[in-house]
Amino acid sequence: MKRYLLSHACRYGDPPATRARRTFLKGVLTAVGALLSAGLLKPLHALAAEWPKTAFESGKIEGTLQNLFGVTQTTASASIKITAPYQAENGATVRLAVSADLPNVSTIAVLVEKNERPLIMAMNFSGAQPYLSLRMKMAQTSDVYVVVKSQGKLYSAKQNIKVTVGGCGG
Amino acid sequence: MSEKRTRIRVNPQTQEKIPAHFIQKMIFLLNGKEVAIADVGQGVSKDPLISIRIKANRGDKVKVMWSDTLGEKDETEIAIGDGA
Repeated sequence: MKRYLLSHACRYGDPPATRARRTFLKGVLTAVGALLSAGLLKPLHALAAEWPKTAFESGKIEGTLQNLFGVTQTTASASIKITAPYQAENGATVRLAVSADLPNVSTIAVLVEKNERPLIMAMNFSGAQPYLSLRMKMAQTSDVYVVVKSQGKLYSAKQNIKVTVGGCGG
Repeated sequence: MSEKRTRIRVNPQTQEKIPAHFIQKMIFLLNGKEVAIADVGQGVSKDPLISIRIKANRGDKVKVMWSDTLGEKDETEIAIGDGA
């Protein structure tokens, strides 16, 4: 088995064609996938599935966790690895990667404590490796929390990221 | 397609409400089976470059689907090559 990094960029400014990019995990080779624009789209049940609105609209981390997981208690874990800068010059684009060395990871959620709406994204896993990376917006210097659900329990890790210029204008 | 809009805005001339516009769901499939589903909020960057890792073999098919707040959606499928 080979491991691949699947990367997908969504840029609204682009033509309707979405871009898919795949990269070897080891970073030795990079392959850019061909553009495939699907003209006819079949409705997929999962796309219509519930988006956790209340969790995203919550202004506090506890509220977000309550809405997302039904509990707010998390256990600090050294098995969650956050890769992010300690200082970000531009809060509009802060790169963050997370990997969790925990069994049966079902969800990884990323939260920025001092954003008006802390929840950035929740990734639900059903076969992919417990890893994600993304670019996020930060309004100001803040602790960034990663909450991982593993075997029904919540684990967390945090890192403080200093922001020079806030990025929540857009 | 328009720019990502984080919040509801009001057109100052017409007072019309302009709805927020951002991606809410991304679904990753390997050979037709869902391997990850992302719930995405306003807090991702305009070009979020969301990535995941999967174990796969050459020739496996990877599909990514997304949908946004305005009900727009699209999907892309690629077959995994030899990295060349």
